[in-house]
Amino acid sequence: MKGDGDILLVLAVQFAIMALLALGGANAVVPEMHRQAVELRGWMSEREFADMFAISQAAPGPNVMMVTLIGYHVAGVAGAVVATFAMCGPTAILAQFLGRAWDGFKDAPWRIVVQAGLVPISVGLVGASAIVLTRASDHSWLAVVITVATAAVAYWTRWNPLWLIGIAGLAGLTGWV
Amino acid sequence: MPETNIRSAAGPPIPTHAELFLAFFKITLSGFGGTLPWTRRMFVEEKRWLTAQEFNDVYALCQFLPGPNIVNLTAVFGSRMRGPTGALAAWSGFLLVPFCVMLAAAVLYDRYGEVESVRRVLTGIAPAAAGLIIATVAKMAAPMFRKLGPAPFVVVATAVAIGLMRWPLLWVMLTMVPASIGLAWWVRR
Repeated sequence: MKGDGDILLVLAVQFAIMALLALGGANAVVPEMHRQAVELRGWMSEREFADMFAISQAAPGPNVMMVTLIGYHVAGVAGAVVATFAMCGPTAILAQFLGRAWDGFKDAPWRIVVQAGLVPISVGLVGASAIVLTRASDHSWLAVVITVATAAVAYWTRWNPLWLIGIAGLAGLTGWV
Repeated sequence: MPETNIRSAAGPPIPTHAELFLAFFKITLSGFGGTLPWTRRMFVEEKRWLTAQEFNDVYALCQFLPGPNIVNLTAVFGSRMRGPTGALAAWSGFLLVPFCVMLAAAVLYDRYGEVESVRRVLTGIAPAAAGLIIATVAKMAAPMFRKLGPAPFVVVATAVAIGLMRWPLLWVMLTMVPASIGLAWWVRR
């Protein structure tokens, strides 16, 4: 990769900004990661993005670790380290300060209003992730069936999601998807 | 460590830095398919470092702070127990294993991602992963759509603006955050 320093700086700045803007966690940053990595910068294809999300869901640990995969893909081990720190570091520092300030305003009326305003936005962002990921991964009717079936089972039952991932992987291995 | 970071002496034992690191390290070892249930079990049931109510409060806060929820939770909890260095101990304990696992996955994907059988498995898993997110958002949104108010409108507008229109996150947030807080204030007046 040429211009390693530059690309690391881009990774650091982009992921830190993304993390600070995305209310509601790892799933809320997926659309912006997709926009940056696939649409704007051409770091990877649609298919590679869907692959990386799938790997981050199947692997142990929080889903946010998808940034490690993207960072490695873009700039090797250094990229993986930089992307992970940028995504998980600044917001954790901010969370410490806000965590303390927030406790002081626990019952303030404005706090309740702010919270009521922010929660639907974070849900909307996860909804956007669902749209982006479905479009990136469903290229056959059987893939659509897998998406719908997984969503239904995960919504109405208490099965461990890993079983669903495993079954879908086996279905894929047959080559029908 | 400043005493103000440490809870009242009458409460349950306060974990040391090493205990914080190890607790989160262990959580990630068992945390297949989401780390939240394991975090809760360790803190509330096993170690009794937090009551159920305290855990819910910390988690509710982390849910709408910017950034990855559960990573924020490590920092907020670590800092409550042992100040900034406690936050660092909890945070690094939590990230060490997943980072190494993902780095290994990244190397393997780079090398074998184009192998036919790997390709096929991933082609099957990707739609399932998308389905899991659909279920997650359905669970989060369901209570909001059951009552009148601006929340369903905000959920749909945000999802469409980001997911379908593909507008930049920054502009959408600069518009939606004040609009949504304004609406929430207006209905509560």
